Amino acid sequence: MGLFDKFKQALAKTREKISVGVRTVLSIGRALDDETIDRLEEVLYSADLGSAGGEVIEEVRRAYKLRYLTRVDQIPEFLREKLLARLEGCGGAITKVQPSPTVVLVCGVNGSGKTTSIAKLAAYLRRQGNSVVLGAGDTFRAAAVEQLTIWAERLGVPIIKKPNGADPASVAFDAVDAALSRGADYVIIDTAGRLHTQKHLMAELEKISRVISKRLPGAPHEVLLVLDATTGQNMAQQAELFSKATPVSGLILAKLDGTAKGGAVFGLRQRNQIPVKFVGLGEKLDDLEAFDPKSFVDAIVEPFLELESGKAAAT
Amino acid sequence: MFESLTASLSKAFKTLTKNDRLTEANVEEGLRLVRQSLLEADVHFSVAKDFCARVKERVMGEKVLDSVTPAQMFIGLFHQELTKLLGEHAAPLTFASNPPTVWLMAGLQGSGKTTTCAKLAAWARKQGRKPLLAALDIQRPAAIEQLKTLGRQLDIPVYSEEPGAPAPSSSGILGGMLSGGAVRPAGIGERAVREAERRLLDLVILDTAGRLHVDDALMSEVSEVKARTKPHAVILVVDSMTGQDAVNSAKAFDARLAITGTILTKLDGDTRGGAALSIVQVTGKPILFAGVGEKIIDLEPFHPERLASRILGMGDVVSLVEKAQEAFSEEEVTDTATKMLSGNFDLDDLYQNLQRMKRMGPLKKVMGLLPGMSGLPPEMMDQIDEGRMRRTEALFLSMTAWERKNPDRIDVARRQRIARGSGNPVSAVNDLLRSCEQMRKQMKQLARVMQMAPKERTRFLKDMERDMKRRGGP
Repeated sequence: MGLFDKFKQALAKTREKISVGVRTVLSIGRALDDETIDRLEEVLYSADLGSAGGEVIEEVRRAYKLRYLTRVDQIPEFLREKLLARLEGCGGAITKVQPSPTVVLVCGVNGSGKTTSIAKLAAYLRRQGNSVVLGAGDTFRAAAVEQLTIWAERLGVPIIKKPNGADPASVAFDAVDAALSRGADYVIIDTAGRLHTQKHLMAELEKISRVISKRLPGAPHEVLLVLDATTGQNMAQQAELFSKATPVSGLILAKLDGTAKGGAVFGLRQRNQIPVKFVGLGEKLDDLEAFDPKSFVDAIVEPFLELESGKAAAT
Repeated sequence: MFESLTASLSKAFKTLTKNDRLTEANVEEGLRLVRQSLLEADVHFSVAKDFCARVKERVMGEKVLDSVTPAQMFIGLFHQELTKLLGEHAAPLTFASNPPTVWLMAGLQGSGKTTTCAKLAAWARKQGRKPLLAALDIQRPAAIEQLKTLGRQLDIPVYSEEPGAPAPSSSGILGGMLSGGAVRPAGIGERAVREAERRLLDLVILDTAGRLHVDDALMSEVSEVKARTKPHAVILVVDSMTGQDAVNSAKAFDARLAITGTILTKLDGDTRGGAALSIVQVTGKPILFAGVGEKIIDLEPFHPERLASRILGMGDVVSLVEKAQEAFSEEEVTDTATKMLSGNFDLDDLYQNLQRMKRMGPLKKVMGLLPGMSGLPPEMMDQIDEGRMRRTEALFLSMTAWERKNPDRIDVARRQRIARGSGNPVSAVNDLLRSCEQMRKQMKQLARVMQMAPKERTRFLKDMERDMKRRGGP
C-alpha cells in the first residue's frame, strides 16, 4: 500500500472521528460561551491563521452577540463556511496548452521544497500520460543541478542542464527549446531559491520569465510558487513580492503532511487572490495532489472538535 | 496596511497623561495590541499569552516617566522583558578540552542545515580551529554533493561515503533508502570522528538528514548518531520564517536529543522571527547564531535585543547603529560633518558619502532596520531604488577630479560628456548639480541658524516657514 493510500485512510479516519465527534458530543446542544470562543481562537492561531483567524473569530463573536450562534455544535459549520469562502477559486490543476509545450516555471524561497515538488509534479503529469522535460535552472545552490538530475533519472525524463554558475535564463531558454523540438507536452523549469526581499534576485526571476517568452510567446503559461506549509505569517509577503516579479498563477503548498496546517494561506488570501493548486503530502514521488479546500479546512477545524469532545467527555 | 505597534499603542494610551500610573484598566488595550503584534510575528499562541500575562505584572504600578510617552514606555518595558527572555540562557558554543570536538546538526527539511554546517565550519576556522565536515544525509538526493561543493569552496575537508545504489523497490523510490537508514548515518558519523583524529582535525560537524516533519524514523536515526558519536553539542537548525509549528518541532527535538541550542536561519528576509521566542520558551535553550544570507560568511552572533525589536515590529536600531559605525570611521564622520555644515562641500564629499552608504549594505536592508520602516507598505519599499543609487554613482564616476571639485564650473559640453559616459540623460546631470547647489545653500543657512541666539532663531524659523508657504513648498 502506498503512502498516499495510507494518508487517505488516515484522513478518512479523521473524517469519521469528526463526524462521530460532532454527533456524540456537539449535538448535545451545549450552550456557547466566551470560554469556548477563546479556545476556538487558540485553535485558529495555532494553525497559523494569524490576523485572518482574528477576523474569523470576530465574526464568531458578532454572531454570538446577535444570538445567531448559540450552541457549540453550530461552530464547525459556521467555521467551515467562513473559511471555505476565503479559499474560493482554489484547487484545480494546470491547463494544458495547445500547441505544446506548456511551460511551467517554479519558484520559491530557499528550502521551501521546490526541487522535490518539481519531481513530484513531473510524476503527476506523467501519470496523466504526458511527456515532460525538466530544466535545471537552479545553477546557484551547490549540487542543486545534481539533485534534480537524480530525480530526472529516477523518473526517466530528459533534463536540460548547464554547469553551476551558468545563466539560469539561458537554461530556461534551452529547456523550452528542447521541449519544442521533442514535442513534449510539458516543460518544468526549476529556479534557485531566493528570499523575496532580494531585489536583484527578483529581477533575475523576471528576466528568466522574459527570456522564456522570447523563445515561446505566451510562455511561461504557469508560474508556480512553492510555499513551505510550516511557514508563518511571512507567507503572505512571499506571495506578494514573488508575484510582483512575475505573475504567479498558482501555489504549491509543500510539506503539508507535517503537524503544520498551512493556515497562513488564509492570511495570504487576504492580500492576494492567487489560488492554491497543489499540496505536497509526503516524501514519495506520488505525494503531490490537487488542492482540496474541504479537507484542508477540515484539518484546521479538527483540533477544535477534539478539544470540545475532550471537554464533553470530562464533564 | 498595518500601523506600527508604537502608533497603535499611542492611540490606546491617549487618555494617559504624565505622572499617571499604569493600572489594570488602562493597560488592557495595550496588552491586547502587544499580544496581537506578537501573534502576527509568529510567536506561538500560548507563549504570547503567557508572556503578556507575566509582563503585565511588571508593568502595572509603573509610573509614566516625563521623558517618554506612555506608549513608548509601555513598549520599552515589553522590549526589555523580551530581550531578557531571548537572551536568558545565552551561552557560547564551547570546544572540548580533549579534541576533536563533535557538533551534531539537526533540523527539519529545508531549514538550511547543510548551508549552516558550512557557515559554522567557516566561523570555527576563524576561531583558529581545524574543522571537518561530515555528510550524514544519505537521504536527500545530492545532499552529500552539496556539502562537498561547499567544502571545496571553503577549502574545508569533507568526510563522506558514497551511497550504495538504492535498490529500486515497488514500495517507492525512497523505500529502499529508508530501510536500514537508521543505522548507516551513525556509522558514517563514527568513522568521520576517527578520520578527524587521524588527520589531527579538532572539530567535526555532522550534517544529518532532515525530514518533512518530526517522525519516529528521523528521531531514531539522529538519536542513534548521537549515541554513537557522543557529540559535545547538539544544534537545532530552525527556519526563522516558521510559524506556530516551531513549538512542536523544537519540543520534539529537545525531548529526544537534549539540544544545546538553536541556530536561526534566513533572518535576512523580512520575517519578524517570532518563532525564536517560542523555541527559547519551550526548550529553555539559547539561540547560538543567526544566519543571514546565502554567502558562506553570513553567520552572525545572536543579539537578543535586536530580535526583540523585530518581533515587536520596532525595527532594528542597534544593528543600524553598528552598521553605521562599521562603515564610517570617527574622523571621517567629524570631517565630513564639519565640511557639510559649513556648506563648503563639493561633489567629492557627496560621492564619498554615497560610498559610505553603500558600505552599510543594500539600502533596503538598511531601511528595514529602521523603526517603523518594517511596517511600510511594500509599494513604498519598492521606491527605494538601488538602481538609482548606482546610476548616481555612475554620474560621479564619469566626472573628472577637477569637475568634482568645481561643480559650478561644469558647462554644457561637460554635462553632455558626463551624461554620455554614465549612460544617463543630460537632465540627470542637471538634477545632480542642482541638488548639490541646493544642499550647499541649505547647509549654509542652517549653519547661520545654529549660530543665532535662541530668540532670533525662533523669529528666523517663523519667517522661513511663512516664506515656504507662500512659495507653496513643503
